[in-house]
Amino acid sequence: MWADRLATLPVIVIGIWAVLLTVVDLYIPSQRKGVTAALAAVGLIIGLVTNALGSGTAQTAYFGMAVVDGFSSFLNVIFLVSGLLGIALAYGYLHRQNIAHSEYYPLLLFSISGMMLMGMAADLIMVFIALELLSIPLYVMAGFHRDRLDSEEAALKYFLLGAFAGGFVVYGIALAYGASGSTRIAAILSAVQSGNASPVLLTIGAALILVGLGFKVAAVPFHMWTPDVYQGAPSSVTAFMAVGAKAAGFAALLRVFLLAFPTLSDQLVPLLWALAALTMIVGNVVAIAQNNIKRLLAYSSIAHAGYILMAAVNLGQTRLMTESAAAVLFYLFAYLLTNFGAWAVVITLEGQEGRGLDLSDYAGLGKSHPALAAAMTVFMLSLIGVPPTMGFLGKFYLFRAVLEGGFVGLALIGVLTSLVSAYYYLRVVIVMYMQEGEPLVNRDALLRWSAGLTAVAIIALSLFATPLFQWASQATLYAVK
Amino acid sequence: MVPIYYYIALSAVLFTLGALGVLIRRNAIIIFMSVELMLNAANLAFVAFARLHGGLSGQIFVFFVMAVAAAEVAVGLALIVKIFETKQSIDIDQMNLMKG
Repeated sequence: MWADRLATLPVIVIGIWAVLLTVVDLYIPSQRKGVTAALAAVGLIIGLVTNALGSGTAQTAYFGMAVVDGFSSFLNVIFLVSGLLGIALAYGYLHRQNIAHSEYYPLLLFSISGMMLMGMAADLIMVFIALELLSIPLYVMAGFHRDRLDSEEAALKYFLLGAFAGGFVVYGIALAYGASGSTRIAAILSAVQSGNASPVLLTIGAALILVGLGFKVAAVPFHMWTPDVYQGAPSSVTAFMAVGAKAAGFAALLRVFLLAFPTLSDQLVPLLWALAALTMIVGNVVAIAQNNIKRLLAYSSIAHAGYILMAAVNLGQTRLMTESAAAVLFYLFAYLLTNFGAWAVVITLEGQEGRGLDLSDYAGLGKSHPALAAAMTVFMLSLIGVPPTMGFLGKFYLFRAVLEGGFVGLALIGVLTSLVSAYYYLRVVIVMYMQEGEPLVNRDALLRWSAGLTAVAIIALSLFATPLFQWASQATLYAVK
Repeated sequence: MVPIYYYIALSAVLFTLGALGVLIRRNAIIIFMSVELMLNAANLAFVAFARLHGGLSGQIFVFFVMAVAAAEVAVGLALIVKIFETKQSIDIDQMNLMKG
């Protein structure tokens, strides 16, 4: 019992910290709300430390409801770091936008605790609860700019479609439970293998779960909400949910599909193949037409969901399971740094009432703020996947896993759409350096540090990527017996 | 005893009605009610399957679904009320500030 609590200490710390912070915040005077942000950051750092001190051996906890393995502890790092960067991006931004309500930080922590639970879910009940625990705070945060109609609209759209997706997940789980007699991932697999499960019911259930998670990770054709929500929500929230919610969605997708439904590969692989291909094509092609930087990054995030989905196509090929999961984890880590860096630059240029978000507002940035423009160039190159950046290595490992799975056509679509994506990412760079203009830039030390550090990390970690990739390779999914 | 298929068929019909309601109706409250219908269709399926398998975990799941649905109501209705204050309307066809 105490061993369980010790093993799941990181998520317990974040959960308790979030509850305590909600109360402590009431006693912090309103002119010193920076303390709340700092306390939230301290909680996340404690979470990181306890995560690093974990025993490293895979084990189940709470009667098989949760599993603590390399996969979940790698994901914990992604979620906790995205929380830290999320606070750094939000602090000054919330003040400038006059929405410096300190509930923001406890909500962020609650959402992170949901994401962490998602990474360690070994039972479909846990998947569902973690999904809602991470989503509900995000609905509130998307509407955080409550005096602005676009933020309210974003929140309502995100909420309605999120709840809709939740309905699909629950019904899918109900059918999977009906087919196999259990909600445990391991028990579902063993019921299937022993022939006790109804394959038709299980396939429909798996497809419904896929639809629900497809909404969460913004896969085409379940992506309609993404551009509106990403544009309308406060930018600091968008940055956080683009990374955190997506990573959590993929965590559940990989664990549930690779571990519970490998026998359904005949039915599911064509579905996943089509989803990945559509997502890459639509995301990249529609992004070309965007002039608002937030919408551009929204479509870019859809496109990246497509790349990551490629790894799930290796479903059912047991020998490739570790490699696919490692490629996804590495890609998510690269995406974490790149995406937060890009959003840090976006927030640096964002003015009041949604000004400063058009591509033309970036004109002249190369001349007036060379360091910021250079950092943005690094992020854009990493999003395209040009060496020497993390984005390149992430794509390299992903494409390698897909090719080893024998899906040459899909990898080809991935490469071609990456070429298409170069057009709109490089357009940002061209506007910054080639056009004349007087960009308005906020003075915000935290944002500069975030952009600078992530830019340096993207290049440095790509040059010394081997340890990181080895760590991701050891972060295998632990198949519970 | 009523065969299990009847329950599953009913829950499938309810789920389809809910999903269609979300896609077709334009009033945010009605859409939200349709989502709740989908969740309750799943609850019915859970209870029926729990009876079939003779286990309890399906019934336990129903409690969690109800608790989560209640939490969603709290957030969702607050959002809808706030939008109504600003726009005097909760027709989602009028929520078109962002395009592209």
